[in-house]
Amino acid sequence: MNIVVLLKQVPDTTEMKIDKEKGTLIRTGVPTITNPDDLAGLEAALKIKDQQDASITCVTMGPPQAESMLRELYAMGVDACVLISDGKFGGADTWATSNTIGAALSSMDYDLIIAGRQAIDGDTAQVGPQTAEKLGLPQITYVDEILEISKEKIRVKKALENRYEIIESDMPCLITTLSTIAKPRYMHVKKIMEAFDKDIRIIRYDDLNLDPMTIGLKGSPTKVKKTFTKEVHKNSDILALDPKESARTIFDMLLTHNFIGKKEASYE
Amino acid sequence: MNKNEYRDIYVFIEYHDHTIHDASLELLGEAVRLTENRKSLGYSVIAVILGEPSEDTLHELGYRGADRIINLSHASLHTYSTEVYTTLLDELIRTDKPDIFLVPATVLGRDLAPRLAARCDTGLTADATRLEFDPEDESSALLYVTRPAFGGNLFGTIINETKRPQMTTIRPGVMDALPRDTSREFTIDRREVHPESIRDYVRILDVLHKNPMAMDIAKADIIISGGRGVGNNFHVLRECADMIGAEVAGSRAAVDEGRIDKEFQVGQTGKTVKPKVYIACGISGAVQHMAGMEKSDFIIAINKDPDAPIFSASNIGLVGDALEILPLLTQEIRSYRERPY
Repeated sequence: MNIVVLLKQVPDTTEMKIDKEKGTLIRTGVPTITNPDDLAGLEAALKIKDQQDASITCVTMGPPQAESMLRELYAMGVDACVLISDGKFGGADTWATSNTIGAALSSMDYDLIIAGRQAIDGDTAQVGPQTAEKLGLPQITYVDEILEISKEKIRVKKALENRYEIIESDMPCLITTLSTIAKPRYMHVKKIMEAFDKDIRIIRYDDLNLDPMTIGLKGSPTKVKKTFTKEVHKNSDILALDPKESARTIFDMLLTHNFIGKKEASYE
Repeated sequence: MNKNEYRDIYVFIEYHDHTIHDASLELLGEAVRLTENRKSLGYSVIAVILGEPSEDTLHELGYRGADRIINLSHASLHTYSTEVYTTLLDELIRTDKPDIFLVPATVLGRDLAPRLAARCDTGLTADATRLEFDPEDESSALLYVTRPAFGGNLFGTIINETKRPQMTTIRPGVMDALPRDTSREFTIDRREVHPESIRDYVRILDVLHKNPMAMDIAKADIIISGGRGVGNNFHVLRECADMIGAEVAGSRAAVDEGRIDKEFQVGQTGKTVKPKVYIACGISGAVQHMAGMEKSDFIIAINKDPDAPIFSASNIGLVGDALEILPLLTQEIRSYRERPY
């Protein structure tokens, strides 16, 4: 079975700094990580490979430095890595991104494509389903568990707001995974050494037959008009009281606003 | 593409188990607000609902803001299918030419909208928290869509100048639904559709309900929320919440540490809540958390660190240990409740 996993290298948003004057991100010095939902999806693929004959190809689209992420994935035990990278692809929205990834994948051999539900930089959750659409594949999003898989069928548990659905799809198919699907394994010491000798296939603009008006910043229907950071504006009383007075303060507030009524009298 | 052929605001109505999802009513309210703010466009608000809803359900959409209700009608549509819904809505968009198409950013909406946008070759903005028409041109129907990114650290305003419809998913719990008004006038446009011929490779085999007793925190009046500072003492919050009649929620840190279920997470990657009172205990106030609770009517923050960012968003900030203060609060309320008069 051939499994393709889509991953993205993202800035660690918990370490993010903002230039409040300009309303922009300060990108220098922010560590990059492999997007957590994607890494969980990769682990789900590795678990399939632990149990049956499977080959895993990791595909990412990004600047040349995304290579460092792919080396780490080799050290986790994947079979091949592909980097889709070209200046012409930069600044793409999800529509243009999925045009590019879709074109790159169309010549590959796959039974299952796994993408993380969403990336922590954009939080859109759109590239997975839109890539499925470009490839004409059925999709199952928000997958929490893979229950059964063969070359013909996949059965999964999908998480919704207040319920789970057990869903089956014919293969080939694309699923998007939640970070809860699996806890990523560590890199293998021996494989870390080997990872630096592995090939990374680079796909550039010239390798794909793409209409330039459907890719990159120029081909993106949605554009960022402006960015800004939030102003915090509440007038706060910050009080340092002893615990009893603090409790009393909250109680008074709740009582004044009628949040604590007298317990209903009961007539039994 | 002639953009002038496209008009009106269409709202996708999420409907299952004979219930209209609240997020769809919020979108109707927002669509009405948009059309009223730019009357010169003469746009109508059009609700799109699939399946065989009752007459009462269709009327409800009118009472909540729709000028016209399009019902794509077929018995099989009561169960959602990505492929079937995408195919039918793509046809609807090609014939009706909506200028704006809004979808709630629920799990269903975020499965459907990207697929649909890719099929009808238009742009899509995800999880918006604010909509307005181009503020610099009073005759413009260009939608300015604002959404958080980078974990809520940054906001971006997104426009789509080249393709139609202007499509966006909207975060549940952010927009306001209109009060029910039974005097509103509206029309119902029922269209028989034939999904049998659509090839679908995906089947729902079973539905498992999560804890049916679990309260939806988005609907709570009072929330007591805990962060990393609470550690494994969430029972202290729960005792106090039971006494007040509040719900317990948590920050991402608390959820990541396994102290409380993901369903009760408040923040950018959790739920957006706007209760009457939000009591934040041991929560430092990361931007991504504030994005989910700052619209609460009244915010009380308890934190040991006087410089915690949460205080900048709170109405009352108390420097101290929530684990000491909450049991005393529980006791205060108990004595009040048990007073003899």
